[in-house]
Amino acid sequence: MITGPALLLALMEGAVGAAVLALTALGLSLVFGVMRVINIAHGEFVMLGAIIVWWCSAELLGAHPALGFLLALVMAPVVVGLIAMAADWLVLRRINYDPERTIVATMGLLYVIQQSVLMTYGPDARPIEPPVYFRIQLPWFGYSGYKLIVIALALLLLGITWLILSKSRIGLYMRATRLDAETAQAFGVPVRRVYASVFALGAMLAAVSGVLIAPIQQAHYLMGADPLLLSFIVVIVGGLGNLRGTLLAAALIGIGEGMIAVLFSPTLAKMIATLLVALVLIARPGGLMRESAP
Amino acid sequence: MLELTRISSAYGAVEVLKEISFTLAAGEILGVMGRNGAGKTTILKTIMGLIPKRRGSLKIAAEEISHLPPHAVPARGIAYVPQGRRLFSELTVAENLRMGLLVNNAPQSDAEPVLDLFPILRERLAQAAGTLSGGEQQMLAVARALCTKPKVLLLDEPSEGLFPAVTHRILDTVAQLRQSGVAILLVEQQVKSALRICDRILLIENGVIQHEAKASELAANPVPLERYIGVHR
Ligand SMILES: Nc1ncnc2c1ncn2[C@@H]1O[C@H](COP(=O)(O)OP(=O)(O)OP(=O)(O)O)[C@@H](O)[C@H]1O
Ligand SMILES: [Mg+2]
Repeated sequence: MITGPALLLALMEGAVGAAVLALTALGLSLVFGVMRVINIAHGEFVMLGAIIVWWCSAELLGAHPALGFLLALVMAPVVVGLIAMAADWLVLRRINYDPERTIVATMGLLYVIQQSVLMTYGPDARPIEPPVYFRIQLPWFGYSGYKLIVIALALLLLGITWLILSKSRIGLYMRATRLDAETAQAFGVPVRRVYASVFALGAMLAAVSGVLIAPIQQAHYLMGADPLLLSFIVVIVGGLGNLRGTLLAAALIGIGEGMIAVLFSPTLAKMIATLLVALVLIARPGGLMRESAP
Repeated sequence: MLELTRISSAYGAVEVLKEISFTLAAGEILGVMGRNGAGKTTILKTIMGLIPKRRGSLKIAAEEISHLPPHAVPARGIAYVPQGRRLFSELTVAENLRMGLLVNNAPQSDAEPVLDLFPILRERLAQAAGTLSGGEQQMLAVARALCTKPKVLLLDEPSEGLFPAVTHRILDTVAQLRQSGVAILLVEQQVKSALRICDRILLIENGVIQHEAKASELAANPVPLERYIGVHR
């Protein structure tokens, strides 16, 4: 029997998942939309974000968890952004961003990152203390204040990303390059530098979402698989490279997945999400929000 | 203003342009004509650096630019109106113009004189470029290029797919630019339009300039036109 409070709890859990998923999927969608690169290593950037929280956390620095968390919130995007730029420079650029070869190349990147973390951080899943401990007391249950902070921070970061894309020069260049890279060059856009920035921005979004979920889940070197799968589902359902569609799909799938996981079982949630992709691909091959060919 | 000397360029291993040489003076309109696949678009793309040059020299205002990466070319004063318009279709009209302005970090207000040439665009600034009519899209493609304040303007078949009246208006506006000293390279398939507004015409076949003549000479004696593009009139 599903009661009102249980439904509310499920909805809140779903909202947390949706907010974090939106960040991760937006990164994947940007990279695919602008560069036509399917980044198999995207989930590893999420994992790196979570691992960096652990390094910055109290165990290591002996500081208050909130301080370590704030430090990680700054360090993770910087470090992971730099790693992404290096990968762009060392690998993607050398194979000329060829759509097929980049799949294999980013798969290689996935293993390199995973193994490096395994060798340095180890195979354990380590819990991370949330930076704050307050609870919101509702009439039926208490709810973690940290999770509400996660939603707020994710929305803030989505807003900032949206502003960068819609108002700034680099954002205009990214959108123009997505639509027509050759013509963008003819208007002075350094397309390769744009690609490097997009790849870094996509990785930074993933890293930040890794930071946000670390205190909710645990930090583990294999934790990148789930966000990768879910982001792919979101990006496909939202219409490849379509940013508005990505956000809408992240909200739907994140909330739906969270609710089914709480009310029934996490496995059922994944099954339904995957089934949804198949249905969308059959009914609307261009994605939910089809405004133009990809 | 623009000087090509024995320029060759290739798509991969296939050499398309073979030793092309010509000059274009300030205020001049030079027409480029030839059959489909003759290499007209390739000439423009090679000048923009979008296709790698194999050999030869390319100068604008006496400065050698053949070694520049493509994104550095427009700031040297060359603007491009591609075949098929190639607008950023999901960006607004204003954003498309901004792409031109940003080439020289020009402020938004620098779009005003360009919008005076095509006032209809002023009413469409917030609209996505892809939703404009064909004629408006071509005007926007020209306007976007003019926002870079070019010394040399490259136009690739601006009349393609438009009604003659619309083409006429756009070409007349372009022709006015010569008064301000802009040099214009115009690929044009319509013989009548080309002869009307060009000063000189290059006839291209298989990536080679086969014939070069004043427009008035071709009007008087259309034999080369028949030979290289198969039209009379
Ligand atoms: N991307 C490409 N890769 C390989 N060959 C190409 C490419 N683009 C054009 N070509 C070849 O180069 C030659 C010249 O093409 P180009 O587009 O310059 O012709 P054009 O004169 O502009 O023709 P049209 O009147 O159809 O626009 C053609 O033989 C064409 O097949
Ligand atoms: Mg052509």
